[in-house]
Amino acid sequence: MPSATEQLVIKGLHVSVEGQEILKGVDLTIGRGEVHALMGPNGSGKSTLGYAIMGHPSYEVTAGSVELVGADGSRRDLLAMEPDERARAGVFLAFQRPMSIPGVRLADFLRHAVTNVRNPDRKEGQELMPMRDFRNELKAKMSELSMDTEFARRYVNDGFSGGEMKRAEILQLAMLRPKFAVLDETDSGLDADAVRLASESIARIGGADMGILIITHHEQLLEHNIPLKTHVMLGGRIVESGGPELAQELHKRGYERIRSAYPEAAAAEKALEESSRAAAV
Amino acid sequence: MSTATVAARSAFDAAALDTILSGTAGPAWASDLRRTALERLTALGLPDRRDENWMRTDLRLFKPQAWGPRPAPAPATPPPEGLLASAILSRDLAAESYADFEAGGAAVGPGRLAGRFASLDGHVVRCELDAALAARGVVFGAADELLAAHGAALRPHWFQVIDPSCDWFAAMHAAFHAASAVLYVPPGVRIADPLHVVAGISDGGVDTSHVLVVLGEGAEATVLTETAGGGSAGGPGGFHCGGTEIVVGKGAMLRMVNLQNWNTGVWHFARQKAVVHASGRLQWTLGALGSRLSQVAQDVALVGRGGSAQVNGVMFTEGRQHLVYNTLQHHEAADCRSDLLYKGALQGRSRLVWRGMIKVDKAAQKTDGYQRNDNLMLSNDARADSIPGLEIEADDVRCTHGATSGRVDAEQIFYARARGLSADEAARLVVAGFFQQVFDRITIPQVREALARAIGGRIHRIA
Ligand SMILES: Nc1ncnc2c1ncn2[C@@H]1O[C@H](COP(=O)(O)OP(=O)(O)OP(=O)(O)O)[C@@H](O)[C@H]1O
Ligand SMILES: [Mg+2]
Repeated sequence: MPSATEQLVIKGLHVSVEGQEILKGVDLTIGRGEVHALMGPNGSGKSTLGYAIMGHPSYEVTAGSVELVGADGSRRDLLAMEPDERARAGVFLAFQRPMSIPGVRLADFLRHAVTNVRNPDRKEGQELMPMRDFRNELKAKMSELSMDTEFARRYVNDGFSGGEMKRAEILQLAMLRPKFAVLDETDSGLDADAVRLASESIARIGGADMGILIITHHEQLLEHNIPLKTHVMLGGRIVESGGPELAQELHKRGYERIRSAYPEAAAAEKALEESSRAAAV
Repeated sequence: MSTATVAARSAFDAAALDTILSGTAGPAWASDLRRTALERLTALGLPDRRDENWMRTDLRLFKPQAWGPRPAPAPATPPPEGLLASAILSRDLAAESYADFEAGGAAVGPGRLAGRFASLDGHVVRCELDAALAARGVVFGAADELLAAHGAALRPHWFQVIDPSCDWFAAMHAAFHAASAVLYVPPGVRIADPLHVVAGISDGGVDTSHVLVVLGEGAEATVLTETAGGGSAGGPGGFHCGGTEIVVGKGAMLRMVNLQNWNTGVWHFARQKAVVHASGRLQWTLGALGSRLSQVAQDVALVGRGGSAQVNGVMFTEGRQHLVYNTLQHHEAADCRSDLLYKGALQGRSRLVWRGMIKVDKAAQKTDGYQRNDNLMLSNDARADSIPGLEIEADDVRCTHGATSGRVDAEQIFYARARGLSADEAARLVVAGFFQQVFDRITIPQVREALARAIGGRIHRIA
């Protein structure tokens, strides 16, 4: 049944890294305008889901589907697209650990990104967005985010503090305005004031038409982004979904109840931990 | 086992020299230098791999007998223009980079050249100098005529800066240089716009041009030299055997750019040396994109107190290109600074060799010497060798060197692609970022831009 809005639909997703299965069947549907929270212990597979949605070449999808389903029922298969095509189709990932690109200024990087995302059919070598327009927009967005405009002249994530990296990710989100965004621990590394600001900013950027999946271990980011649903990942599966109250419960009490309620997933978590430990030695 | 040196024969022989000497407008003393060089040449074989400077240069496929002087081009042949000249003359740099834009780069429009000199296959095809500069005593143009007319200023330097007898290529060049250019800037004269020298060759062509730049006390100039043309790999290719001599007078300032942009079938042998006098400043940028095999000696001698030299290298190689650089920063006087940064990106099965030496004489106290070579490997089959060296006889000096070799990180590429950049765009951006540090040192925006674009255009997809 077609829904009233466009949706990101993930069904039965299995993902392996170096032959090791990490995600073992994930189902998740996010509509534009909805905020979902994804929680779960370290190593449960949250970032893996983000990478798989974005098309990281090391994360091999062995089964399942990820699609953009239009309000009219039209379907676009994300898994058949290159990462940059996915970005141009309106999908965004704020990285848990953003990569640095020394020598490339954030502004020049973003100008390429914005130009491509806004003109999905642009071929390389065609005109970039006019510098003047770009600069004006960038400066406006930076001031909304209380960022010093000098920041745009720095090299992408090169020598950035943990907090600066996360703020730069939010700036990119604001400039690119995707349809669907996965924010992978965008709150980590931010001080208390910065988290509050980030929470407000994300709510403002998201507005009424962005579907957002917030991966977090904390509560504050959700303050202005009340999740329609909270999902708990354990051992590579979403084992439980609930409302905002589930997020609160997990924050307060941790994952013991979840582990005992889903022994199979807890066993998978243990097995994965052991195999990564074995791989490390 | 000792082997007797077998003289290497080519069409650069006594008969060819007679032809040159009978037609030259040059002075007798310059002809004598050629004859001496020919004598030396006839006794020499090609450089030996046992020589440290030639150890990493494979000359087995270089056949001297294939090369000799080439006839003049047909009269209507257009002069070569060159990448740097087009960048200066026609490129509007507006809005290329955010930093330039912020710095008012939108205003950087087409620039001017104060003088233009072009040759094709060893024949002068263009020679122009701003009349106002000529009136102020600036001398620029074809060497033969100018050596005759300005012997007093030029003779003390002509083939005195570089050693014309050190090997076969040096001697060959000293005997048979053609379509050579000289620039002399009198004391105190400052030239704002660049002077441009381009040496072009046709497919299978030959260039033996020499460049001499002399700046008098307190003079300032910017000189751009570049090469263009030749055949690509697999065809007749081409041959360049050249030399560059630079004299930076007391308190003078020279910005020099040499771009080697031959097609990939050209053999390139060049000996380049600058002498910097007291408080003189030299910014010397080498760009290398082309040639099949290059062997370049780049020396800087700081001979007067307080001189400084900044040496920049931008190299991009691909296919089976093989480029070898031997650099020397020779501190002969006290209180001098030299700072060398060579950056190379290698694609395909190409190979890049840099062997650098900082030599500090006993008298050169308070020397500040630095050399660094960074290479970025864009393929698994490319190979880069960095061999820094220090030879220090003074005791109160600061000399350091460094070298790195890295690969493009797949995670960087993924990050950029996740933001909508295509794989090629992402690769180009990462490589551009790698060169940024050296581009930041090149103070002529059009040169930076031209090099960046030329390199960007050559980068293949990085897996
Ligand atoms: N590139 C990789 N190479 C090897 N193992 C990986 C890789 N990416 C993920 N893994 C493994 O997959 C499992 C899930 O990792 P993932 O990063 O998705 O967890 P997470 O839920 O995001 O954890 P955290 O809360 O600590 O960020 C872990 O065991 C991890 O070691
Ligand atoms: Mg994670």
